[in-house]
Amino acid sequence: MTAPPPDDCLAQNAWICGEYLSTRRQILLDAVLQHLQLTVVSVALGLVIAVPLALLARRRRWTVGPVLGITTLIYTIPSLAMFSLLLPFYGLSATLVVVGLALYSLTLLVRNLLAGLNGVPAEAKEAARGMGYGPTRQLLTVELPLALPTAMAGLRIATVSAVALTTVGAIVGYGGLGNLIYAGMNSFFKAQVLTASVLCVVIAVVLDLLLLGAERLLTPWRRASGKDRVRSRAGSGIRRPVAAPGRRT
Amino acid sequence: MNTLSAVWDWLTTGANWAGENGVWHRLEQHLVLTFACLALSALIALPVALTLGHLGRGGALAVNLANVGRAVPTFAVLVLLLLTPLGRHGQWPTIIALVLFAIPPLLTNAYVGMREVDQDVVRAARGMGMTGTQLVWRVEMPLAFPLVLTGIRIAAVQLVATATLAALVGGGGLGRIITAGFNLASTPQVVAGAVLVAVFALLMEAAFELVERRAPGWVRGRAR
Repeated sequence: MTAPPPDDCLAQNAWICGEYLSTRRQILLDAVLQHLQLTVVSVALGLVIAVPLALLARRRRWTVGPVLGITTLIYTIPSLAMFSLLLPFYGLSATLVVVGLALYSLTLLVRNLLAGLNGVPAEAKEAARGMGYGPTRQLLTVELPLALPTAMAGLRIATVSAVALTTVGAIVGYGGLGNLIYAGMNSFFKAQVLTASVLCVVIAVVLDLLLLGAERLLTPWRRASGKDRVRSRAGSGIRRPVAAPGRRT
Repeated sequence: MNTLSAVWDWLTTGANWAGENGVWHRLEQHLVLTFACLALSALIALPVALTLGHLGRGGALAVNLANVGRAVPTFAVLVLLLLTPLGRHGQWPTIIALVLFAIPPLLTNAYVGMREVDQDVVRAARGMGMTGTQLVWRVEMPLAFPLVLTGIRIAAVQLVATATLAALVGGGGLGRIITAGFNLASTPQVVAGAVLVAVFALLMEAAFELVERRAPGWVRGRAR
């Protein structure tokens, strides 16, 4: 066996191939952009629907059950089935993928928003009321900021899940990097499948870190020095995740 | 409205249920794949989780595994495994991918369940002279069982969904009805397949709900 020339990895169908990266730069860039668009738009859409729903559920207690029930029901439906169920309404379009992903984000966001709002200490609310805050001002300046850490945890999970799920959109031709994985599968193009898969994980990690940074910026009071912080349980460093439903696939 | 009646027609046509590509055969494949992978992943994950939980070690790993796994697209792993030499061995790439993704919920929940056992109870059991093994089997496991079951439930429902995706890489199961529908450009078949998959997933969830409700108190856990 002679050592292959370094620039021949495409012909050899190698997993890792610099030649692939340089020759398909534009295709990869387009796929990453589509992936980001689909993810960001769908999570944003989920957020726009989730916030009023969570506020409604908080104001009218009887709506909590139905809101949580229906969103959980939606979350149980597998992604391939979800996209297929939306086919008669949206056809083979990017809108189909965005709506499907937004429905999943919705569940995670509503749950965590409600958990966050319910976790606001009663003393904080009473203090706000005692200072003469109206309901709107109390919500905006006291309750929402205190609910933010839990809500952000939900937003991070929703975003990371959406990045992974976008790949399934390849079934209707709008899957961002999923399109490259799908095409690479059909042509047994190893470098393309591996590159696109790794880029998916990179996008997920980068978006997660960006949201973590945003959370830190938005909640400066939580950065108080370690000794000031109340530890939920002495000794054990494990805290139950607020909402850790199964991943959606 | 037109699509709805076409979907109904598809679902009520006997020919679509029979044969190699029929609903019954696909459902059987889906069930076998789901439960075989559930058993396999439980065999791997539960002993590890119970041991780590008993010893109180590896918490960060057990808890974070699920979060790390979330960033990895299932579809990507399915295709990657298909392109490895494993891809020539029939269903194995699918089975391995399914098991890999079913392990984190099982591991995390069982581990957390073991750690959340009231330490006073554990100390009392030790004081009564129980050995480590007795402690695990008679005290910690029964008390951790509700969360172990939650993990199994999450894994099972997730496996139904992942097994659907297996159709994209040529695996069997109900997802094949959907992918075949896309290839035929038949919206009624795509939607009919999706309805079947969704109903199957919801039934799985409902079955666990029923088990948890009907089961004796120690299975359900205290505050739930």
